[in-house]
Amino acid sequence: MTSVKNALEARQNKEYVSALTELLFQLADDDFILAFRGSEWLGLAPHIEEDVAFSSITQNMMGHAFMYYQLLEQLGEGTVDELAHERSGKKRKNAIMLEKVNGLGTYLQSPKFDWAFTVVRHYFYDVNKKIKLDCLQDCSYEPLKHAAINIRKEQYYHLVHWETWFKQLVKAGGEAKTRMMVAVEKVWNEFDDVLSLGPRGEVMANYQLIDREDVIRQTFMNTIGDVFENLELGPLPKLKEMKKSGRIGEHTEDLEKALATLTEVYKKEPSSSW
Amino acid sequence: MDAPLKEQITNALKAVTDPEIPVVSVIDLGMIEGISVEGTKATVQVLPTFVGCPALELIRKKIKDAVEKVRGIDYAEVIFIYNPPWTSDRITEMGRKRLKEFGIAPPPKLLEKEKEWSVDCPYCGSSYTLMENVFGPTACRSIFYCKHCKNPFEAMKPVFLN
Repeated sequence: MTSVKNALEARQNKEYVSALTELLFQLADDDFILAFRGSEWLGLAPHIEEDVAFSSITQNMMGHAFMYYQLLEQLGEGTVDELAHERSGKKRKNAIMLEKVNGLGTYLQSPKFDWAFTVVRHYFYDVNKKIKLDCLQDCSYEPLKHAAINIRKEQYYHLVHWETWFKQLVKAGGEAKTRMMVAVEKVWNEFDDVLSLGPRGEVMANYQLIDREDVIRQTFMNTIGDVFENLELGPLPKLKEMKKSGRIGEHTEDLEKALATLTEVYKKEPSSSW
Repeated sequence: MDAPLKEQITNALKAVTDPEIPVVSVIDLGMIEGISVEGTKATVQVLPTFVGCPALELIRKKIKDAVEKVRGIDYAEVIFIYNPPWTSDRITEMGRKRLKEFGIAPPPKLLEKEKEWSVDCPYCGSSYTLMENVFGPTACRSIFYCKHCKNPFEAMKPVFLN
């Protein structure tokens, strides 16, 4: 497949542009909603240095979502602000695991968020994000390839960060390990969705937008499998099948509440500049 | 006729700085990839340092204003491009020197993966330093502590193609 240089060229082929758009929505919405969940930790992280680090990571991730939305804007899907703020839950393609609340309470009312859950979710997510970004270095759509090269420069530090937390808390033993193992089970039970490329995954692979889903899954399982082995956590459990999938716009109430919160200011004055 | 005008634009850009590091110009940061002039219209291609850097829009405006002040230019367009990717080794020697004078250690060169980077203290020059946090007050900076002169300081984070 020859490379496609820009939006104009992409729009010559309807099937191509539809698979590309689908992939971009998944990438953008995943980063967007998890960045939102990260932003809810502001001021609440376990210590001050983590607060600095986590908010920096979150800001980067929101930047990554912005970049993917920009590519969608170029393809005629609407402006970046509209894509971020005006789409209902049904139109969002993020994986369900990424929209889940951080724990008990809300940012404004007695937040008792779960740090172990956050570490596991971000770590597993970033392992998979890295695998996808690696694939995208060979993406047939050049603007996405260049975006991925830029995002990967920053994501390197995110992955190191979460990997450090994950390994240290597991190795610490005691309560830390117990809580981490509970979190691993919780994340693992609904992680299948994160690894899914949705119903059009095969078309994406055929157009060399990204690798085949089964290849990405295998790389992910091998990577996490090695981590489990090194930490003596036993064999990797099988991923559970899920009843719903965010890739086809199926979500939970957690997403609706998150959207209501994050669009509140925008909806008051949609014409104002950001 | 084209060349001197481009030179004037480059000179004008030497006065445009990152709002968060007001001593280093966008030229010294290696952010300017291309300048082209057609009649009285100039186009400047800029490489963002970090994708989600909140200073980008401010930088865009500062570049536009500076270029439009050049005699012979009526309109300037600033385009952010992502190819080639910006890396921290694009910072010029002058840029590295100015960062250090400002109290920010320049980014370490030739980073080897999985290896702790070594950064010299911008105040006393000692290499007896400790990284406190790879993430800092802005996306492009990390927090260090000098065990020799006992000053905390910041360093530009190395950004490389991995």
